[in-house]
Amino acid sequence: MKHDVAPPYTAVARHAVFPDPSHDEAARFDFLANFNKYMSTTLGPGNKRAYDIRILPAFEKEHGRAPADRFEIRRAMNKDPWHRFWSALKRNSMEMRQQNGRQMVLRQLDQLDGKVRQFNEGRDTLWLDPAVAVPRYQQAVDIHCMPGSYHGEERPGDVSAGANYDCGIFATTAGGLGALSDGGGMALVDWIKRERPGWTPRRILDLGCTIGHNIVPLALAFPDTEIIAIDTAAPALRYGHARAQALGARNLHFVQMNAEDMSAYPDGHFDWVQTTMYLHELSGTALPRIIKEGARVLAPGGLMFHLEQPQYSDAMPLYEQFIRDWDAFNNNEPFWSSMHALDLKSLIIEAGFPADSLFTTGVRAVVDETIFPTANAGDGEDHGRAAYWNAYGAWKPAA
Amino acid sequence: MEASRVSDDLDWIGLAGKRAKGKRPEYFDDPAIDRLLSITMALVGEVSVMRQRMDTIERLLDTKGVVSRDDIERFEPDAEGAYERGVQTKAYIARVMRGVQQAMEAMASEEKPVEEVSRELKEM
Repeated sequence: MKHDVAPPYTAVARHAVFPDPSHDEAARFDFLANFNKYMSTTLGPGNKRAYDIRILPAFEKEHGRAPADRFEIRRAMNKDPWHRFWSALKRNSMEMRQQNGRQMVLRQLDQLDGKVRQFNEGRDTLWLDPAVAVPRYQQAVDIHCMPGSYHGEERPGDVSAGANYDCGIFATTAGGLGALSDGGGMALVDWIKRERPGWTPRRILDLGCTIGHNIVPLALAFPDTEIIAIDTAAPALRYGHARAQALGARNLHFVQMNAEDMSAYPDGHFDWVQTTMYLHELSGTALPRIIKEGARVLAPGGLMFHLEQPQYSDAMPLYEQFIRDWDAFNNNEPFWSSMHALDLKSLIIEAGFPADSLFTTGVRAVVDETIFPTANAGDGEDHGRAAYWNAYGAWKPAA
Repeated sequence: MEASRVSDDLDWIGLAGKRAKGKRPEYFDDPAIDRLLSITMALVGEVSVMRQRMDTIERLLDTKGVVSRDDIERFEPDAEGAYERGVQTKAYIARVMRGVQQAMEAMASEEKPVEEVSRELKEM
């Protein structure tokens, strides 16, 4: 029998600013990748079993009805000893990933900062603006249980947050995003080449780029396109810019900017405005503002594209909504639950798009399948981290 | 190789263990169980790391007969070796997690206590 195992950490691509893992640091990530796989495939179905066999019947007996929403299921499941234990294990796995990554990064921070400086100094493709504040919604908790979040620095000007984010994605996705953790960006390239063969956008804007995983593949696929990637977090931008340069993406500019106010760009400046796995890290007021600003800077005939895990709808069983919500309450993703319940289509229409210009499509990570696993959706899916997304997009009508 | 190479004023061990902002959920009624599970899982991870290091040494001994620490740090398994190590890790995790996995299986079957079965067998 061929076993489903995570690819080895040694297969992760070591670009020029990637932290250098020792044998044991790589082995720690190997353990976590395989542990996370075990948690989702072997033990994950136990949550549904506990729900079907004891939680749902007990709830129906007590209330005389089925649970009305995912929150009622969560409150009931949080009393189940098996689900509690599973959650405690998973939370520990997330915390271990952070500590392991941070130990690896911080012990070699001098070298990392030095390497990054070599790629950043004197380049006009990195624009940092100290006046850009950390958004309020990013200050509430450290997202994904990353100590310091994307903005944290252990000393002024360091890249620890970006490097730690980069080195550990392998563990939480069990290698599902490929050697450069860019399976999402590779999927975008694959999608657009099929959707609009021969199209070369003049300018692309990526909002909330963090370290640029998902925009570098587009920059390499469209070398003649000017690409701007913005984020509010300087440590992520510093690292991301050096990473992009090291990977040869010279047409990619990293700019420190809050997407709620992109007045630096005129109306209709970009042919393609996109976010990848970003909207769920915003807030109730920031999200519609950012969609509107994105619509404003998008040129007639241009593409708006938002990649996320599937939105909750009446068609999605409440149990699935509950389990997809796990990260919201257990892995510091405080906007995850309410964002996934939003009607994104209406928000895009409110931003000025005609209803018939909208589309949704499924997108699967594109990875080197000889080494990395194909994204699976279904029973063994690691909800919230599966390398399979929904794209919510629109083509802006030509003027 | 794992020794710190960073400036002396940066406490990389202490900083790496910093807690993330945001109240941690309490999974068990007794907080000591939450703490003990964290320790257990850290140890589970470290045993896996030690096993992999042993595997590396054995593979290097097979091919080279003598091994330096540098060999170990630079070792990268080929595709077949990586798969074998993946299977070993998977099997190890299955052994450690047996109690949780069998509790999950038990949910699917309604069983009476063996004491009761024992009483019944006497009469059977």
